[in-house]
Amino acid sequence: MIEVHKVTKYYGQVRALHKVSFNVREGEIVGLLGPNGSGKTTLMRILTGFFPPTEGRVVVAGHDVETASLEMRRKLGYLAENVVLYPDMTVRAFLGFCVRVKTATGAERHTQVKRVLDLCGLSHMVRRHIGTLSKGYRQRVGLAQALLCEPQVLILDEPTIGLDPHQLIDMRELIKSLGGKTTVLLSSHILAEVAQVCHRVVIIDKGQILAEDTPAGLSQRLQSATQTRMRIAGPVKEIQNALKALPGVSEVILQDAAEEQDEQPGQIFLVHSQDRTLSHQLAELVVNRGWSLHELNPLTAGLEELFVRLTKEEHRPAA
Amino acid sequence: MGQAGTFLINFRAIVAKELRSYFLSPFIYLVTAVFLLVSGYYFYTDLIFYVQFGFGLNIIENFWQLLFTDIRLMLLLAVPFLTMRLFAEEKRLGTIELLLTYPMRDAELYLGKFVACSLATLFMLSFTVVYPVLVYWVQPFNWTLVLAGYSGLVLIALACIACGLFISSLTDNQVVAGFAALCTLLFFWILSWNEGATREGFLYWLAQTSMVTHFQGFAQGFIDSKEVTFFFAFVLFFSFLTLRSLESRQWKGRR
Repeated sequence: MIEVHKVTKYYGQVRALHKVSFNVREGEIVGLLGPNGSGKTTLMRILTGFFPPTEGRVVVAGHDVETASLEMRRKLGYLAENVVLYPDMTVRAFLGFCVRVKTATGAERHTQVKRVLDLCGLSHMVRRHIGTLSKGYRQRVGLAQALLCEPQVLILDEPTIGLDPHQLIDMRELIKSLGGKTTVLLSSHILAEVAQVCHRVVIIDKGQILAEDTPAGLSQRLQSATQTRMRIAGPVKEIQNALKALPGVSEVILQDAAEEQDEQPGQIFLVHSQDRTLSHQLAELVVNRGWSLHELNPLTAGLEELFVRLTKEEHRPAA
Repeated sequence: MGQAGTFLINFRAIVAKELRSYFLSPFIYLVTAVFLLVSGYYFYTDLIFYVQFGFGLNIIENFWQLLFTDIRLMLLLAVPFLTMRLFAEEKRLGTIELLLTYPMRDAELYLGKFVACSLATLFMLSFTVVYPVLVYWVQPFNWTLVLAGYSGLVLIALACIACGLFISSLTDNQVVAGFAALCTLLFFWILSWNEGATREGFLYWLAQTSMVTHFQGFAQGFIDSKEVTFFFAFVLFFSFLTLRSLESRQWKGRR
């Protein structure tokens, strides 16, 4: 449904995107994940036909965004970053305007507006001016206009930014419910969100794609390097050396006891290892040496850590 | 749906949106009030001049021409207030991104805004019809003269709108758009000042670019097809520039 092929975008001398390629299949929900300034919005603007790429080709819903922009835009719903809307229009007037421009036929307009109002929980707000709505409601109006006329492809730039936790859940459920019928590409810089909603995640930084996988697949990749948190009472130095000597352990870090608020016995050790199945060897070692083991907690490295690693530690040479 | 069908739908949607935002805000009533206040003052003084110093003779030269010239100046001053918002505000709010990602051609957006602004200007201008009606009530005259004057006013208003819209499409700041449009229109006015003195040479041709120069005939009660053509060319030229300006987002980052 969305084909991005070696897209490069320059703003003057600044390179915003560099040879970005990925595909989104029909009905799939894909998250575009990256820190601020990574090129997410630029990429989305290219996908919506707002401006063309410097190089490369983009096909959305079977139409090239450069040569068949108008046809493409008929099948597109777009929620822009910071949800830009007319503050002096009422919700009804605004959606009425949008549905006209999206060229639904006269009879269909009313049902389309009613459908998105219900879908986004806006039915009781139709007479309010958009400028007087809270951020969460404004976001819903933005989503409502994107959903008008059942677009085949939905592009949502930071759809959950500024929402309270309750609204966040609603928004997630709504996006999830669209999957299967509608192809959704959403961007976010919050990992947990993308992991909960999306079938697949594309991680982008400094205009380049760093990784592309399912949320589960991404955490799978990480499990090759993991941490285990242990609380052991005994001779600290000796324990540290013994743990370090174990095959597969790369590093043992002593956590400062002062950081711990509770008065539990023992010292906290953070054991970095290559192998995740090390837990029972660690336990065995401690017990065999006669120290008392109070806690053993394998820390599953989430997407969060991968994200930090992918975006902070990866130093790609500027080509 | 055919191309013409979607064109009409989009065009009408934009016109309706812009008219709504014009007439639901107090701003247009304020501009109209000031416009009518000053042009009403001109009407009064021009009429006094005609009666006292024109001795009630030659109504064309001593009254209508003066009045239309004065209303024309008021249009130059008022139109920037109506055009400044049209693109600048869309850019500032970011809604231009919304509009340009809808299935809508740039030309539909532009024409919709142009027509909506023209209707708002006509609304403002329509109240001045009171003046000829009052004069006719006192002393009947030949309406065709007044009609020529009004067609001139409408044409010069369209020219100002096209120019103002272009300037509004260049910036995301309404105040800058309004002020720059005002300066540009006043510049065209100044160009016409030298007209009499410089029949030959560069300044003559410069004066010919001013819509003010081409308005004079209308004020005197003539509709000259050459002058009408000038106004259409002027509007087309600035429409072309505005469409290029809207399109320019596509040029950035081109190799």
